[in-house]
Amino acid sequence: MSSKLCIGGIVEPGSTVINKTGSWRTFKPIYHHEKCIKCGICELSCPESCIIKTEDGYYEIDYDYCKGCGICSNECPRETIEMVLEEK
Amino acid sequence: MNKTTELFAPGHRGCAGCCDALAAKFMLKAVGENCIVVTPTGCLEVFSTPFPESAWNVPWIHSLFENTAAVASGIEAALKALGRKNDTKIMAIGGDGATIDIGIRGLSGAFERGHDFTYVCVDNEAYMNTGVQRSGGTPFAATTTTTPAGKASFGNLRPKKNMPQIMLAHGSPYVATTSIAYPKDMMRKVKKATEITGPTYVHVHAPCTTGWGFDGSKTIELGRLAVQTALWPMMEIENGDITGVHKIRNKRPVEEYLKAQKRFKHLFSIPDGAEIIKKIQELADWNADQYDL
Repeated sequence: MSSKLCIGGIVEPGSTVINKTGSWRTFKPIYHHEKCIKCGICELSCPESCIIKTEDGYYEIDYDYCKGCGICSNECPRETIEMVLEEK
Repeated sequence: MNKTTELFAPGHRGCAGCCDALAAKFMLKAVGENCIVVTPTGCLEVFSTPFPESAWNVPWIHSLFENTAAVASGIEAALKALGRKNDTKIMAIGGDGATIDIGIRGLSGAFERGHDFTYVCVDNEAYMNTGVQRSGGTPFAATTTTTPAGKASFGNLRPKKNMPQIMLAHGSPYVATTSIAYPKDMMRKVKKATEITGPTYVHVHAPCTTGWGFDGSKTIELGRLAVQTALWPMMEIENGDITGVHKIRNKRPVEEYLKAQKRFKHLFSIPDGAEIIKKIQELADWNADQYDL
């Protein structure tokens, strides 16, 4: 009897990473590192957690997941991030 | 290959510029991996866990709208009974519909029983998941699909329910209001709430790009405007006393906040719009006065 009971939907943690949401993008954020002050506001304000700190303290975007919302560009105090229309 | 170290994984189906995704990211960043999360139905649950995937890198359980707080209570009681509570944090994260309307009875019961957990309400001011229907969190004069503005109505007739005060009336040791536009403030408050023993409550203001009608890049900007216009006061209440208030340096008129959103657009064209905007300004002024912002 008990073997027939459904244990519910159990899934692996963090498994949404198989879904590459980068394909949703219309505008692509591009860094101009010469203006960057490494404040990290872009990394903090990314809803996709797809801005990653590099070894030299700058930031880079994981375009596999970036949906191109533009919050990083809007929040950047030094206008380091430019949003350009993506052509695929 | 996913390179992030965040506990809220990318690849979720939130809209571009989603406020709930930001809220979830900040909460997990603040609390760390030793926590169990309960999420009722809502945008956050739907986009973060499309079966058979999950964006959560912590133990997570989906509950119904109405029993979120009851499920969190059960987890806490079970861990205690097994002698495994230790410093594991239990966090229930509901939307405004799940918290203010549907789940309020269960939430009230859990706070009355005094379970050791934190309830976070991510308030985007309507039922966004099902298509922007009015909730108890919808502000005065906002248009939603169930309170549409038109010839016979200017939108939502009733003011927003003051949920933090309701939770305070339960004798909660810690009630706080914050916004996703102030990540550091939000992370500090959520962390503090989980560290305090007893039922604690954090109410997070979260601007929804789809439901409110603004560009996805302005999510944080809109949240900041809500705070700067005093329409959303940010404070901390410990054991019934206000212990911290976010002071506004340059108070801005409510028009700036209203103009930026489609849900208030009608106020600038209907005949008695100016009068309604005046009323909204009065609400903001009352907040500023009441909480000394």
